[in-house]
Amino acid sequence: MYSPKTGTLTENKMEFQCASIGGVDYSNGNAGGEGEDENVGYLVQEEGIFLKPKMRVKIDPELFKLSKSKHTDEGRHVHDFFVALAACNTIVPLTTETSDPSVKLIEYQGESPDEQALVYAAASYGFMLIERTSGHIDISIQGERHRFNVLGMHEFDSDRKRMSVILGSPNQKVKVLVKGADTSMFSIIDKSLNSNMIKSTEAHLHAYSSRGLRTLVIGSRGLSSAEFEQWHSSYELASTALIGRAMLLRKVANNIENHLGILGASGIEDKLQQGVPEAIESLRTAGIKVWVLTGDKQETAISIGYSSKLLTSNMTRIVINNNSIDTCRKSLEDALLLCKKLKISSDAKHGGSGAGGSQLALIIDGTSLVHVLDTDLEIQLFELASKCTVVLCCRVAPLQKAGIVALIKNRTDDMTLAIGDGANDVSMIQMADVGIGISGQEGRQAVMASDFAMGQFRFLVPLLLVHGHWNYQRMSYMILYNFYRNAVFVLILFWYVLFTGFSLTTAITDWSSMLYSIIYTAVPTIVVGILDKDLSRTTLLKYPQLYGAGQRRESYNGKLFWITMLDTVWQSIAVFFVPLLAYWKSDVDTSSMGDLWTLAIVIVVNVHLAMDVIRWYWITHAAIWGSIAATFICVLIIDTLPFLPGYWAFFTIAKTKLFWACLVGITVGALLPRFIIEIFVQSYKPNDIQIAREAEKVEISREPHDSQMEMNPFFGSTR
Amino acid sequence: SRFTQQELPACKPILTPKWVISTFLLVGVVFIPIGIVSLFASRDVVEIVDRYETECIPIGSRNDKLGYIQGSQDKTCYRSLTIPKKMKQPIYVYYQLDSFYQNHRRYVKSRSDQQLRSASKEGDTDPCKPEATIDGRPIVPCGLIAWSLFNDTYTLTRNNQQLNVNKTNISWKSDREKKFGKNVFPKNFQNGSLIGGGTLDSSLPLNKQEDLMVWMRTAALPTFRKLYGRIEVDLQVGDVINVTISNNYNTYSFNGKKKLVLSTTSWLGGKNNFVGIAYLTVGGLCVGLAILFALIYLIKPRRLGDPSYLSWNRNPGGQ
Repeated sequence: MYSPKTGTLTENKMEFQCASIGGVDYSNGNAGGEGEDENVGYLVQEEGIFLKPKMRVKIDPELFKLSKSKHTDEGRHVHDFFVALAACNTIVPLTTETSDPSVKLIEYQGESPDEQALVYAAASYGFMLIERTSGHIDISIQGERHRFNVLGMHEFDSDRKRMSVILGSPNQKVKVLVKGADTSMFSIIDKSLNSNMIKSTEAHLHAYSSRGLRTLVIGSRGLSSAEFEQWHSSYELASTALIGRAMLLRKVANNIENHLGILGASGIEDKLQQGVPEAIESLRTAGIKVWVLTGDKQETAISIGYSSKLLTSNMTRIVINNNSIDTCRKSLEDALLLCKKLKISSDAKHGGSGAGGSQLALIIDGTSLVHVLDTDLEIQLFELASKCTVVLCCRVAPLQKAGIVALIKNRTDDMTLAIGDGANDVSMIQMADVGIGISGQEGRQAVMASDFAMGQFRFLVPLLLVHGHWNYQRMSYMILYNFYRNAVFVLILFWYVLFTGFSLTTAITDWSSMLYSIIYTAVPTIVVGILDKDLSRTTLLKYPQLYGAGQRRESYNGKLFWITMLDTVWQSIAVFFVPLLAYWKSDVDTSSMGDLWTLAIVIVVNVHLAMDVIRWYWITHAAIWGSIAATFICVLIIDTLPFLPGYWAFFTIAKTKLFWACLVGITVGALLPRFIIEIFVQSYKPNDIQIAREAEKVEISREPHDSQMEMNPFFGSTR
Repeated sequence: SRFTQQELPACKPILTPKWVISTFLLVGVVFIPIGIVSLFASRDVVEIVDRYETECIPIGSRNDKLGYIQGSQDKTCYRSLTIPKKMKQPIYVYYQLDSFYQNHRRYVKSRSDQQLRSASKEGDTDPCKPEATIDGRPIVPCGLIAWSLFNDTYTLTRNNQQLNVNKTNISWKSDREKKFGKNVFPKNFQNGSLIGGGTLDSSLPLNKQEDLMVWMRTAALPTFRKLYGRIEVDLQVGDVINVTISNNYNTYSFNGKKKLVLSTTSWLGGKNNFVGIAYLTVGGLCVGLAILFALIYLIKPRRLGDPSYLSWNRNPGGQ
C-alpha cells in the first residue's frame, strides 16, 4: 500500500505552531494567550467595521508582545517576518458577513493550506491581510492600514521549491521576499551576512522537523533601484515571451533570489488524522506493507512515521540519502549486505524460523530516487524494499510516486494500492492496481482519478479488512459455485448423450434448460453473493490477520477449483445415474425422466449452496427454498402445455413413489462426499476463518467475559 | 435501513460435532428402513421375461433374418412360459426392446403434437419430415414415431383357455383426454412404399388407439418396456402359459432384442434392486460415519473457537 503523508495520514489542516525569528525560537504557543487577544489585534477596526479572521491560531504571548514593540531590534525582526508572511503568498482574502453587522469575517482562500495557516498566523499577531487587488495588497499592521505594491511574483514551483514576491513598501523601498523549503532556501541565503542567526535557525528547523512540523524558511533582501530596473525589464521580457516562458521566468527568479538575509522560519503542524496510528497498525498486522511517500523532509517524515506507529523503536533503519549514482549504488549494496547479515543472525537466534528477527525500515529520499529509478539500480532497490517491512520515501516528486508504485507492480504479482488526496497523488493512484482517493482539503482530482473515494485514512481499515475480506470470500466462493452450477447441468446433458446414440437429445425440456439459469438457480446466487458474510465486522477488526486468507489465496486457487470440479463430476453422476439405474428396463418416458433430472439438479445445486451459506437471513431462506419451489411450479406449468410432448408427465410420474425415492436419494447421495470432506476439514484441519467463526458463536453464548483472549500478536510474539 | 446496511437479523449455524453426528444418524435411521422395504418390495415382484426375436424365426431362415421379417409369409410363433411363483392380478404384459434408441434426436423430434390434438391442424406436418405427406396429402399421424409403431401381437392361453389381456386404459389418461384428439382419424397412414411398423384402424379416432398412444410416449432409455395389456386374473405356480406371437416387428436390421414380459408390481414399481441397495449403502455409510465421528470426538476433541488454534497463535510471529 502506498500512502502519501500530507492530507492522507494527516488532516491537511495546517496550524501555525512556532517560529524562529531572527535566530530566536518562539515556540511556546499555548492556550495561555487566548483570553486577552479577544479584542486586541485580533479584531481590526475599519470604517466602523471590525474584521475578524475566520480561524484562530494559538498565540505565543511573548511573541505577541514583541510584535507590538516596533523599536527594539527583535521587534523589527518580528515585524519584518510577519509582513513577509502576510505578503509573500497567493492568498485572496474574502470578507463575509456575520450575524453581528459590525463584525465581518475574513476568510483566506488559496491553493496551499500552508500559506493559509501562515496568513492566519500573521493576522493573529496583528498583521492582517485585508485586501488583494491586481497591483497591491493592503495589510493592516497593528490596526494601521498599509498599502504595499506587488511589483512582481515568482510563483511556487516544485523545482525551485520556493516562491518570491517583489514588494514595494509605502516608503518606496523595494524588497524581494522569498519563502520556501529549507534546502532550497539555505542555498540562496547569504551565509556571510549573519552566520549566528543562520546557525541557530538551522538548529531550530531541525528541532521543528523532528517534532513532525512542516518547515518553511523566509528570507528577504532590499533591492536597489538599479537592480530593480534590471529585474523588471527582464521579468517583463520573460513573462511576455512566447517560447519557453516558464524556463525564462525561472531563470529570472533564480537571478533575483540570491544573497538573501534570513528573516526566520516557521513551523506548521499538520495534525495526524484521527485513528491513523491504529489504522496503520491494523494494516501492518494484516500483512499489508505500508509505504509512505511524502514531499516532506526526512526528519519530518521519520517523526511522522513514529507518531503514526509506522516505525517502531525495534526496527532497524536503513537510510539512503545520496546525491550521485555511485554513492547510491554503494549504499544500496551495503543495505543489502546488512539485510543478509540480519537475516542470518535472526535465523541463528530463532533456529531457522526466519521470520522472527528485527524488522527493517527503509528510508530513502527523492534525490536518491532520481538516481535509482529507471536505472539498473532499480532491481537492487526492489530487492531491498521487498525485504523491508516499512518503506518511507521523503522529498519525492509526484511523478516519482508513480515510479515507485511501478517498481513493485511490474516485478511481482502483489496487488498495489495507492491512497492519496491531492493532485500530486493522481499519477500514483492511477498506476496502482487499486486507487483510493481521499476527498480532503486539496480538491477532487484524486477522488476523480480513484476507484474508491473516502473521507479519512482510517476508513481504509474497514474497507480492506472488513469489506475487502467479505468481498474476497463471496467472490471466490461464487466463482467456484457458478462454475460448478453450470458444469453440473452440462454434464448431465452430456451423460444423456451417451444413451441416445450420441444424437444430442435432451431429456430436459428446452424451457427448463433456459430457465435453469434464469429462475431455478439465479436468485440464490445473487442473494448469497450479496449478503453472505463469513465473519462479523468486529471479529475482522479484532483479528486483522484474517485478511491474510486473501493474500494467501485460500478461497480461490487451482487446487480448490479442481476439487470443486471433481465434486461436480460426482454430483452429476449421482444425479444422472440414480434415475437411470432405477428406471432401467422400465416403461418410463423421456419427458418424465427429464422432469426428474431437472428437479434433482435444481434441488442438489440449491442445497449445495445452502450447505455453504454462513449467515441465514430470511431473504436467503426465501431465495433458496423459494427457488426450489419455483422450479416445481415451472416444471408443473410446462407439463400442462398440451402442445409439448411432455404433457402431464410430471403429474404422472409424481404419483409414483419411486420418483420421490429417487429425488431424496439423489440429494443425499450427491452431497454426501462433499459434506464428509467439509466436516473432516472443519474439525481436524480448521482454517483461521473457521475458528474465528466458532469463536464468534461460542462467545455469544458465553458472554464477553473472556477479554483476556484479546492478544496482540506483535508484542505477544516473543513467547 | 437494516437491509441496505446489511444488518438484517441472521442465523449463523455452525457444524458442531453434535449436529454432525445427529445428521448422520438421522440419515442412517431414515435410509436403512427405506432400503430394506424397497428390497423386499422388489423381491416380491414376480417377473417373467421371454426373449423371442431369434427363437421366433424358423431355423432355416436364421441366416437371413431380415429377409424373413420383410417377407410376406405367416410369421406366427408359439412360446410357452411356466409361472415360477404365484402372480397376483393385475399382471402387466410388456414388450421390451433392447438397443432401440427411441430417444434419438431425429426420431424424437419427428412428430406433430398439434396434428395429434385437433383435426383442423391436420396439415401441420412440418416437424415430421420425411414422413410428413404422401403425394401432397398429409399423413395422420405423421412422423417417424408413429410410422415405426410396434406391431407384434400376443395371444395368451392357459390350459387351452383364452387368457384375456385387457388392452384398455394402458395409455395415460391425460393422453386420451387431451393430447390425442377424439375427432382426429388416421389418414394416409402406412401408405408409402416403406412400411415402418403397425397400421391403424382408420375408423377409430386417435384417442382410442391406445397402442399408438403408448408408443408415442417415447422411452427415455435405449432399453425400455411398453405396456401391452393387463391380465386380470391370478396366475398360479406351475401354470403354463402358451403365447401365440405374431412376429411382425423388424428389430433385426439393427440386432435389437424383443422380449415379452409378464410382471406384477409393488408400491415401488417393477423388479429393481437398485433403489434398495443404494438406500442401504448410503444409510449404512452414514451410520458408520456417525460412529466414527463420535469416536474421534470422544478421543480427540477440539474446543470450538479456541483462539490458540489460530495460525498466528500456533507459530508465533510467523505469517
